[in-house]
Amino acid sequence: MKNKFLLTFIIFFAIFSFFIFLKALNNSNVYIADNIFKENLVNFKSQELFSTKEISSEEIFKDSEFYILNIWASWCAPCRKEHPILMKLSQNSQVKMIGLNYKDNFDNARNFIYKFGNPYSNIITDKDGVISIGLGAYGVPETFIIDKNKKIIKKFIGPLSKKNLDKIILLIK
Amino acid sequence: MLASQIGYYSLVLGLFFSIFIIYISIKNFNNNQIIDNRIFSLSFLQLLFVFISFIGLIISFINSDFSNVTVFNNSHTTKPLFYKISGTWGNHEGSLLLWLLVLTIFIFLFLVKSKKQPKKYRILTLLFQQIIIIGFFLFVLKTSNPFNYLFPIPSEGLGLNPILQDPILAIHPPILYLGYVGSSIIFSSSLAAVVLKYVSKEWAKHIKIWILIAWIFLTIGILLGSIWAYYELGWGGFWFWDPVENVSLMPWLCLTALLHCILVLEKKLILTSWVIILSISTFTLSMSGTFLVRSGILNSVHTFANDSERGIFILIFLFILIFISLIIFFFFHNEQKKTQSKINLFSKETSIIFNNWFMMYFLSVVLIGTVYPIFLDVLTGVKISVGPPFYHKLIIPFLIPFLIIMSIGPNLSWIKTNLKKINISLIFFFIISLVISFVILKKNNQSTLINTVLLFASLYLFFVTVRDFFNKNFKSYSQKIGHFGFSLLILSIFFNSLFSSEIIINLKVGEIYAFEKGIIKFKKVETFNIKNYKSIVGHFEIEDDKKNLIELKPELRIYNQPVTITSEADIKTTLFSDKFLVMNVVKDHDFFNVRYQSKAFMIWIWISTLLLAVGGIFSLIRRLNEK
Repeated sequence: MKNKFLLTFIIFFAIFSFFIFLKALNNSNVYIADNIFKENLVNFKSQELFSTKEISSEEIFKDSEFYILNIWASWCAPCRKEHPILMKLSQNSQVKMIGLNYKDNFDNARNFIYKFGNPYSNIITDKDGVISIGLGAYGVPETFIIDKNKKIIKKFIGPLSKKNLDKIILLIK
Repeated sequence: MLASQIGYYSLVLGLFFSIFIIYISIKNFNNNQIIDNRIFSLSFLQLLFVFISFIGLIISFINSDFSNVTVFNNSHTTKPLFYKISGTWGNHEGSLLLWLLVLTIFIFLFLVKSKKQPKKYRILTLLFQQIIIIGFFLFVLKTSNPFNYLFPIPSEGLGLNPILQDPILAIHPPILYLGYVGSSIIFSSSLAAVVLKYVSKEWAKHIKIWILIAWIFLTIGILLGSIWAYYELGWGGFWFWDPVENVSLMPWLCLTALLHCILVLEKKLILTSWVIILSISTFTLSMSGTFLVRSGILNSVHTFANDSERGIFILIFLFILIFISLIIFFFFHNEQKKTQSKINLFSKETSIIFNNWFMMYFLSVVLIGTVYPIFLDVLTGVKISVGPPFYHKLIIPFLIPFLIIMSIGPNLSWIKTNLKKINISLIFFFIISLVISFVILKKNNQSTLINTVLLFASLYLFFVTVRDFFNKNFKSYSQKIGHFGFSLLILSIFFNSLFSSEIIINLKVGEIYAFEKGIIKFKKVETFNIKNYKSIVGHFEIEDDKKNLIELKPELRIYNQPVTITSEADIKTTLFSDKFLVMNVVKDHDFFNVRYQSKAFMIWIWISTLLLAVGGIFSLIRRLNEK
């Protein structure tokens, strides 16, 4: 009798812990919250990757309905994976693609573009990662969809997938 | 490329061998009096193929084969060969392959070394172990394949995290795993023993060896990790109550309790249920630890590589094992009729039971401190972090009775002790330690009640164990060394926290800083270019209050792949204290942030932990020779 009670109790407790841990597993994504969602883009200044000219965000974010800002680096393996999707996106004339090169060696970054193609209309650099921090980014790759009022309307963390691509195309229609 | 392919396919083959082994074992279970020889050969082949797979990964690392994602993510061509090899297990995928390797090594050794045990028991142990092995095969192949292919092939890898490029850390994971994963054999065999009602004195005698092996490796593994954290992380401490450290401490506490109470089982055939519960919990704690560390629940930000699929897999697997063991325990186990029902208060077994209660208390404190924040976050959304004060406040007071029981316990005899026979010297040491601790603390103005009593208790254990060395009872040398080591450990930690001092300042080259215990001179800075990093070495001269001069040369390393700055502390070790100096860059380049610490009795912490392990090794050697 006593044993059965104990067994039931332990099993209930085990099931309880199981669901707590399961929930906690999903929770770890909560940290990557869209906390700057629907917020205005902060202005910044940067250097262009190829021309090494100074350029400000006002110059970049103009004359388009939508902007896609993609944070990438040549040393980042998932960036290679998502590159074909970015190439596909760049065929869409509705949208202006901006690449933010994160903490990278410029030669490696240029080679990366020569090798895999250039989906971006502007590539700007973020040598020390300050711009990315300002954007509320957690790492590379990360992709922001920005509307013409310079409001961030969507944020993708990690490499873009085929599904994300469809979502983006729906968004910018 | 080829090595990766071979590695992958031998891994798949290894999984098939598991299924074969299970099939043949079940057929063999009731059939015959002797074990089918095919079981041995298949187990050997399984071990061989996992080993080949592991070698395959090592070769990919040595050749810097960047078509392998694991190699690409964790290696670099400019890395020294030694760290290319150790990089194999310095990452998630590779370390899980190591798990698997250790699992198969242990079951193979178990099969070979348990010839005197009943046949059914051996086969059932093998079956339980194979369930664990299959779980890990699936886990590796499905969620963490170390041989994933990357195309286009990058010309350069991302590099191994520089703080992991360290000789001690290179051997720390394999040794820790031998202990951590070694507990799986205790788990499997205790379940087998329960099912077959084989929990007996013979079983205790035989399983004790495996408990000792796991315990020794776990102790040394924790020690190595702690030494590494001491000089590499540059914080000057040796234990931070970090969750990752805690998950290695919990199985250790459980295993230590088991190590003691298996003695009681061996002598008197009591506490059977308790031994089984401990055996099951040790491995369950190891598995939970793996889950907590590998799922990314504990380190939450900045890790894209953590897909939650891994966490879910290991979580489900963990709970399947828990349910299997619960059901087996509740339906197959019945406590032996109490043969010697009365346990006398003044006997060895009572003191061991007390030891176990304290161990369980320490274990629960660590467990709650580690897991409670997760529960709280899920249930209420409140994020808390549990730090050293929590552990110190809950553990230190309970160390006092623990230490006293530890000094008296081994002097009691089994079953019943005649109180009149208790040696007069025990009382003598009692008074001596009380006086000494009071004097030491009074002299240093630290004499709070808890300090005095704690110091008294550890000194008491120290004296009693030293005295015991002169008692010519060869049999319990291992226990004496172990307990002596523990008293030394507590004493050195205590003195370390009491007599250590720290100074943090910003200094320019050429500056001199005077403080109450001496002078720090910052003489010059030198830079060197070394294979995969740039090194900045600072030259410091410290003059202490007794006019002794020491030179300290801390180093900053700027690694190129990935770009990381690490600071290597310079440590001068003497018997009484460590002088520890570490410097860091300040954004404003003229200054260096300098931290100078004098850590009392640091080396004794390492020596005493090593003594614990030596005690275990003595006991193991004795047990092996008995056979």
